[in-house]
Amino acid sequence: MHRILEKKIVAPMTAMMMVEAPRVARKAQPGQFVIVRLNDEGERIPLSLAGWDREAGTLRLIIQGIGYSTKQMVALKAGDAFLDVVGPLGRPTHLPKDDTLVVIGGGYGAGAVLPNAIQAVSEGRRTIGVIGARSKDLVLVEADMRKVCNEVYVTTNDGSYGIKGFVTHALEIILQKEKVGAILAVGPVPMMRAVGEMTRPLKIPTIVSLNAVMVDGTGMCGGCRVSVGGETKFACVDGPDFDAHIVDYDLLVSRQKMYAAEEKQALDHLCRLMPQIAEMA
Amino acid sequence: MNTPRKYTPKERMQIPRQTMPEQEPEVRRTNFKEVPKGFTIEAAMLEAARCIECKDPTCIEGCPVRVEIPDFLRLVANGDFAAAARKIKETNILPAICGRVCPQEKQCEAVCKVGKKNKPVAIGALERFSADYERMNNLTQEPVVAPPTGFKVAVVGSGPAGLTGAFELAKRGHKVTIFEALHKPGGVLFYGIPRFRLPGEVIEAEVSYLQRMGVEIICNSLVGQTITIDELLEEEGFDGVFLGTGAGLPWFTNLPGENLNGIYSANEYLTRVNLMRADRFPESATPVRCGKRVAVIGGGNTAMDAARVSLRMGPEKVYVFYRRTRDEAPARFEELEHAIAEGVDFHWLTAPTRYIGDDNGYVKQIEIQEMALGEPDASGRRRPVPQPGSERLYDVDTVVLALGFGVNPLITQTTPDIKTDKRGVVLVDPATGMTSREGVFAAGDVITGGATVILAMGQARTAAMGMHEWLMRGRAGEPNRPLATAATY
Ligand SMILES: Cc1cc2nc3c(=O)[nH]c(=O)nc-3n(C[C@H](O)[C@H](O)[C@H](O)COP(=O)(O)OP(=O)(O)OC[C@H]3O[C@@H](n4cnc5c(N)ncnc54)[C@H](O)[C@@H]3O)c2cc1C
Ligand SMILES: Cc1cc2nc3c(=O)[nH]c(=O)nc-3n(C[C@H](O)[C@H](O)[C@H](O)COP(=O)(O)OP(=O)(O)OC[C@H]3O[C@@H](n4cnc5c(N)ncnc54)[C@H](O)[C@@H]3O)c2cc1C
Ligand code: SF4
Ligand code: SF4
Ligand code: FES
Repeated sequence: MHRILEKKIVAPMTAMMMVEAPRVARKAQPGQFVIVRLNDEGERIPLSLAGWDREAGTLRLIIQGIGYSTKQMVALKAGDAFLDVVGPLGRPTHLPKDDTLVVIGGGYGAGAVLPNAIQAVSEGRRTIGVIGARSKDLVLVEADMRKVCNEVYVTTNDGSYGIKGFVTHALEIILQKEKVGAILAVGPVPMMRAVGEMTRPLKIPTIVSLNAVMVDGTGMCGGCRVSVGGETKFACVDGPDFDAHIVDYDLLVSRQKMYAAEEKQALDHLCRLMPQIAEMA
Repeated sequence: MNTPRKYTPKERMQIPRQTMPEQEPEVRRTNFKEVPKGFTIEAAMLEAARCIECKDPTCIEGCPVRVEIPDFLRLVANGDFAAAARKIKETNILPAICGRVCPQEKQCEAVCKVGKKNKPVAIGALERFSADYERMNNLTQEPVVAPPTGFKVAVVGSGPAGLTGAFELAKRGHKVTIFEALHKPGGVLFYGIPRFRLPGEVIEAEVSYLQRMGVEIICNSLVGQTITIDELLEEEGFDGVFLGTGAGLPWFTNLPGENLNGIYSANEYLTRVNLMRADRFPESATPVRCGKRVAVIGGGNTAMDAARVSLRMGPEKVYVFYRRTRDEAPARFEELEHAIAEGVDFHWLTAPTRYIGDDNGYVKQIEIQEMALGEPDASGRRRPVPQPGSERLYDVDTVVLALGFGVNPLITQTTPDIKTDKRGVVLVDPATGMTSREGVFAAGDVITGGATVILAMGQARTAAMGMHEWLMRGRAGEPNRPLATAATY
């Protein structure tokens, strides 16, 4: 059992929690993730590490309640527990070391890139953070990002806060001002794709973290397969980070939708089972 | 009721081979309950009496771990079932499992002398019967372990190799901790082999027996990631490591369209159902897409399991496409028979050439090409030769690939001093199971690249003994250990 020591709602239907998992905390590296299970009927749900405290043996997770499992997770309280937490999974992010680093996060991705920003800054590297959200209330981890990064840009699609538009608008501004050596983008696929498309002609090394549907997370099932540079890779063990310029995003999007019908069925089931949780959407 | 009776040799010869009652195919293809129901006491005693107690019992030679078959059969014939189970356990600690999943028709029963003129003695079914009898009547003897040696060992993986290794090491007084990547122990026994072949309580009984011996099982620890072999040995104070990580890396065909939705590796498909219980979705949260028409590719146990699991999800049609003939199919005889009886549509000498998707990225058709048998290949089986022009399309919405497995490179990547062959199969000293890394031993599919439960167990015993002796010798290895893959021993 992995106790939740702290839990905060940080945006609508989005929770930040500190979860006990000393073995994972001890080994965690930026770019890695865990797989958690709520209970004995639970699906194995991959979640990025948005931070950790090695001494306290805790992980920081940011969970967006979008479906059957994540909505139930968001509804958990401090003192509750996850049945299973396994990790750290995936390879740590590997970034070229020169010039400015730009970390771009959309949705939970803003939390996922924080550890990379912390590491880069601690290595003395100039680091710029970009947070993208649909609107002001959905902007995540801004305060943390401001604490860590040399500069932070926030973009909102509706212009309710920061720059109106997409993260690529902020990136454009940055690229006009300085030489960027590497970009890390984590978030919804359209965001990662747009960043990749923008930097491909500029030949700026760009890494994205692919959120393929996973089961074991150990390389045993191949459910998480993605196509990168024409080769099939397993996102859980070969990634989740890949070169943004050669990812087959169409395949990723298509595979992410594989269970659309079942997901709807599961949500209906949740409505019957726990209407108060399903309501929260 | 279990009074033994005497038979004249002629009477013995006339007893027909007893068969286990089974759920009817029409019934069983709608449930996940075990198919063969096991012998009755009468049938077991009668069947055991068919053994003529050969002076040179070839059956023992046919068993990879050399179970004392005639001895245990005599105990069954005499009605002393728990003693029979104990006899088997002297060499095979998982008889309830092996009795169910061993390819007996290629091993012990293949060389049983009664089988020359008659059908062989049903050794596997009797092994299962004895072990079930002992377990179900609570006659299992509590484990006796040697006084603590003070050594602490880590077992990585909880499949048959890991469980056997843990048992042998714990019995000798070593403190054993098992690290398992998944959230439940059992390895392929649990996530691969379906419950209608191997009920969960059989595996759970073995796991709880180990726990009563003092073995600690830590699930959710992926060695190589959560903790490395070096850390286990250098920081966590383990004196030795036993690798039983199996061969869990699924192979794909690399054919066009293979990443379409609805195309699964057998590992994923079976894991979703067996481990995650997708058959109970949405009560159980993990879904699986089993459509109306399912195509399974392959001819081994994995393919049979995928096909028979599919049947139970209620599709209209389940095909199996296999590139050789039924005679070459590596599946256990019983699984093939069961699959055929349950209505799986087999297409021998066929293989896929590509997969065709619909506008939303889901597979809708599979192109199948016919094969002919050519010259024998390295495995001695005749090589399937594609027949161009014979391609045909089948409408399907689920495809399950059961094409074999490789060894997961996670551990050897993080512990490069564990040597492997080109395929990533870990090399060991056949006599002791020690790998190229001093103090790290290995057994099971990780040293064969994929074999059987009983071979994994046999190797695990060797490796556990090797580790025990190495520990008791003061952890001194022999220099220049000869290394080989288990395929060669
Ligand atoms: C490496 C990685 C890191 C992630 N990090 C985070 C994170 O830090 N915070 C966060 O909120 N979310 C994260 N996700 C996404 C999260 O795993 C999914 O939102 C979650 O699995 C959805 O499950 P559900 O039952 O709530 O929703 P569902 O309704 O079942 O699914 C909604 C969508 O989520 C995706 N999804 C469903 N099941 C899985 C699965 N088993 N594995 C992966 N994706 C799935 C599918 O694309 C699906 O369309 C991450 C995913 C990956 C692969
Ligand atoms: C579907 C299917 C059906 C089969 N049917 C039969 C049959 O009928 N009869 C038969 O004899 N054989 C059968 N086999 C083969 C048989 O199951 C295997 O030969 C046997 O399970 C091998 O045992 P093992 O202990 O070496 O490995 P496994 O059973 O594969 O167990 C390995 C364990 O190690 C864990 N692991 C892997 N890597 C790590 C890591 N880095 N850290 C921690 N844990 C790790 C895995 O999660 C797994 O639990 C079948 C195989 C499959 C896939
Ligand atoms: S372990 Fe397997 S091969 Fe050996 S006697 Fe038992 S069923 Fe036969
Ligand atoms: S070979 Fe057959 S008949 Fe002979 S001892 Fe073995 S089981 Fe009995
Ligand atoms: S999640 Fe199963 S191989 Fe990646």
